[in-house]
Amino acid sequence: MGSTNSTLLKIPNVEVLMQETGFSPAHIIRLHDRFKALDKEGRGHLCPQDFGAIKELAMNPIGDRIIGAFFSPGKEMVDFHTFVKILAHFRPVDKDRPKEPNSPELINSRSNKLKFAFQLYDQDKDGKISRDELLKVLRAMLGMQVTEEQLESIADRTIQEADLDRDDAISFEEFRKSLEKVNIDHKMSIRFLR
Amino acid sequence: MAFLQQFALLLALLIVFSTSCKAATLEVDSVEVGHNYSSKSSATEKTSTSTNDSTDGHAPSVISTLPIVTWKWHHVETPYLVALWILTCWLCKLVCELNHSVTSVFPESGLLIMLGFILGGIVWGADKAQTFKLIPTNFFYYLLPQIILDASYCMPNKLFFSNLGAILIHAIIGTCWNAGTVGIALWACYEGGAMGNLNIGPLQFLLFGALISAVDPVAVIAVFEEVHVNEVLYILVFGESLLNDGVTVVLYNVFDAFVSLGGPKINAAEIIKGIVSFFVVAFGGSFLGVVFAILISMLTRITKNVQVIEAGFIIVLGYLSYLTAEMLSLSAILSITFCGVCCQKYINANMDEKSVTTLRYTLKVMANGSETMIFVFLGVSAIDKNIWVWNTGFILLTIFFVVIFRFIGVFFLNWILNQSRLIPIDITDQFVMAYGGLRGAVAYGLAAILDEKKIPEKNLMLGTTLIVVYFTVILQGITMKPLVQWLKVKKATHSDLTLNGKMNNRAFEHILTAMEDICGRMGDNWWTRHWNYFEDKYVCWLLLKSDARKHKDPIFGAFHKLNLEDATKYVTEGERKGSLDFIRNYDSASVDFKKKLALEYGDITPYITADMSEYDFGIDNVPVTSVMKNPIPSVSLDIHEQDRKSMPDDLSAHHLLAQHLYKSRRDNRPTYSRSHYNTSENPDEMQEIFQRTMRSRLEPFKSAKMGVNPAKKLSKHPKKDSTHKPNGKPADPHRTHPYGDEDFEFSADSASSSEIAGNFHRRSTNTPGAGVDNPTGNNTAVAPSQRAQGRLPWTPTNLRHLAPLRMSTRSTDSFVMADASLDEEAPEEKPGTHHTRL
Repeated sequence: MGSTNSTLLKIPNVEVLMQETGFSPAHIIRLHDRFKALDKEGRGHLCPQDFGAIKELAMNPIGDRIIGAFFSPGKEMVDFHTFVKILAHFRPVDKDRPKEPNSPELINSRSNKLKFAFQLYDQDKDGKISRDELLKVLRAMLGMQVTEEQLESIADRTIQEADLDRDDAISFEEFRKSLEKVNIDHKMSIRFLR
Repeated sequence: MAFLQQFALLLALLIVFSTSCKAATLEVDSVEVGHNYSSKSSATEKTSTSTNDSTDGHAPSVISTLPIVTWKWHHVETPYLVALWILTCWLCKLVCELNHSVTSVFPESGLLIMLGFILGGIVWGADKAQTFKLIPTNFFYYLLPQIILDASYCMPNKLFFSNLGAILIHAIIGTCWNAGTVGIALWACYEGGAMGNLNIGPLQFLLFGALISAVDPVAVIAVFEEVHVNEVLYILVFGESLLNDGVTVVLYNVFDAFVSLGGPKINAAEIIKGIVSFFVVAFGGSFLGVVFAILISMLTRITKNVQVIEAGFIIVLGYLSYLTAEMLSLSAILSITFCGVCCQKYINANMDEKSVTTLRYTLKVMANGSETMIFVFLGVSAIDKNIWVWNTGFILLTIFFVVIFRFIGVFFLNWILNQSRLIPIDITDQFVMAYGGLRGAVAYGLAAILDEKKIPEKNLMLGTTLIVVYFTVILQGITMKPLVQWLKVKKATHSDLTLNGKMNNRAFEHILTAMEDICGRMGDNWWTRHWNYFEDKYVCWLLLKSDARKHKDPIFGAFHKLNLEDATKYVTEGERKGSLDFIRNYDSASVDFKKKLALEYGDITPYITADMSEYDFGIDNVPVTSVMKNPIPSVSLDIHEQDRKSMPDDLSAHHLLAQHLYKSRRDNRPTYSRSHYNTSENPDEMQEIFQRTMRSRLEPFKSAKMGVNPAKKLSKHPKKDSTHKPNGKPADPHRTHPYGDEDFEFSADSASSSEIAGNFHRRSTNTPGAGVDNPTGNNTAVAPSQRAQGRLPWTPTNLRHLAPLRMSTRSTDSFVMADASLDEEAPEEKPGTHHTRL
């Protein structure tokens, strides 16, 4: 317990962080270890290259986008707080936690999870997934077996499916609607080790 | 009327039944030796009674003159009885299903057992002995395999494997727990004197515990099919029941061996051997199943030339996997289970759609048929004075322990599992899981093969097993539904197939694996991904046809399926109206808008259509809604089409398409073996479907993109209207005028057609979203065919004629002509359109 506390103490504002993300001290410590492991040069922050060094992530077809999601536009580094906050999106929703009516929305709420996914598509941050943006993601995910024309028709059809206002793009609202029946809590959560 | 019908059916049932009884008694009279044996076996299915019959049946008799007809009962005796009994059982099911108010309260399995009681009573009354029983050999070799194969083949694969850990823990540890505790607790009670004087040792009690601990898949399917619980709960209960059968059989065999060895000979070495054999038998069986699955998948790569019997291969090989496992004394149930689960993905991709449907339905028929028979015979078997040895203490304690230990085991194991589960199993689900521990025919079968020499109290055990089965199937079965409702267990939600869903699923998977990588741990997603990678690279290469590999991607698959669905609707709608008029009015792109329309604005579509009929625009006042509800023309001479009515949508989609859209081409080819869209033989056909549907679907977008907004408005309007009810706008026949500017989007030829007022209105009323007609493909495609229609009977064959013309000819005048003539003649003959034209 002593070592736990000492590690925790090293992290500034750890109380606030736990409050915001809902991670337990054990989670925070584990993530902090991981953070330090990724931060090979010990600068106290991570840059895209650090993420790129994760071998498996390089194999991920949309890995670049996911790495990009850690960095707010224009910035080239991510500190521990932001790192944890991003990861907190994927914390499973805990049912036991009493829901205070006026508490701020938790990071791992359904709509925040969706927002995270949405911004992976929406690279130009205009609040809409355009056909081109969708096409890029699809191309990355679908691989070689599908021809370019098929890809385009899939993209068109996908947009058509979700596009309610017929502007040929998917807004966040439409995105949310199209996934209404999907159990996001299940599909966008991972287990964090204690 | 309904009563009369029921009565008639019951009567028929009794007649059929009495025939079989009569037959049995005849047989009793004539064949004294083989009586019990042959009639028993005939009760269920074919066994090797032929030796018996042949000697009796062919008994040479001296004849004085040539007989014109002879009575040759013994020739056909066994198969005849089998067939009669099958018929009887199925009629029982029919009787059960006659009245839905009964089946909604009472599970069918329970009803069948009760009918079995009645039939058994009659047999008993006639023969003064139970000549028909569920014989374990027949049950295990002829009735059970197809049920398991069907269950495993139709298993939701992904769900099964992602919950495999939990299922295995419940199946293995849970079953061992149940077997051990029930056995020991019963023995303790016996020692305590709760059941009087019985000749049972502790090992026998354990053996009994093993056989009674099997949760029966047949009973579970029968009950859970009707309650529609959420899918995770379903897969847990169902998967467990499937796998623990295997485990039970293994346990049973181990304990049986111990019993034969006798108490004193059992030492530590024997126990270790028993444990080892448990694992060898269970995992060996599973492994054998996987081997057979690989064999089947590889075989289906090359069966395209014998497509007719393609589906048969799966059934035969599945059965062989069962028998082979049995031969090697491995777990046969586990073998056939894993065979079905593992091969389904690959064979579905490899085989033609038709074969897949055939297989699915054949398996369903066989499985449901034997399930029915099992339940009826569970009832029939009970009416036998010989098996009933009553021991109140033993029976009541068994029921008590079976239920109690099931609950304890399930709750305890779930508690352990929940420590590490991402989504914990909540308490109501756990309760239903425990309550769903129905015992069934497997337990009975195992009890029936107990050796009376080794276990003197066999009949007590058999009777107790039957009572436990009745208790769980009937009592728990009845209470399951109210319980599920009362506990508010999460029900299954049906979600439509959407590209968005599929695509985002994939994206989510990638995101999650990436996050796990970033967190630096090997989670579930790590395994999934590596398996997928491995599967992509090696397994698919080995097991899938090259062209099937192309279509395996789920996103693309969903896309393909949706396209087919649309195309089918497109065709059936046209057929329904008896003309190809729809191609112009129902731009195919409209179909999926309509799907949305029907869902979201369902309340106003009737208004639209109702008002439409006032203005009689001709053919088109067939209400949109009815078109959507019944995707198959109501009047059709194609018998198969009618059969398909009840099929699930996706299947019928493929089939109707195969039937209608490109049939003619296929017929032209010397072989009929390939379906049209996923073969390398005719890539252009596939391309054609693709282009055709896509072009037409995309057209509204392109035009909308070009800045002509009305199309967009059109689709939005009904939505707005839906809130403040039709203010006449959607219903107004002139409502298209505000959107008159959509004419811009018509190229010359389609614009000319739009001058025919009726058409114009129709298009916009039916398909607001697709009001923008496409100038390219479809309009011109109709023209020749409509003209042709005047002369030729309307068959799908005609579509062939359009294919070449479609691209080149743009005969606008014929288009208008044909259309005008159609408008005149169609309204009167609408109902009979198909009829006359076919």
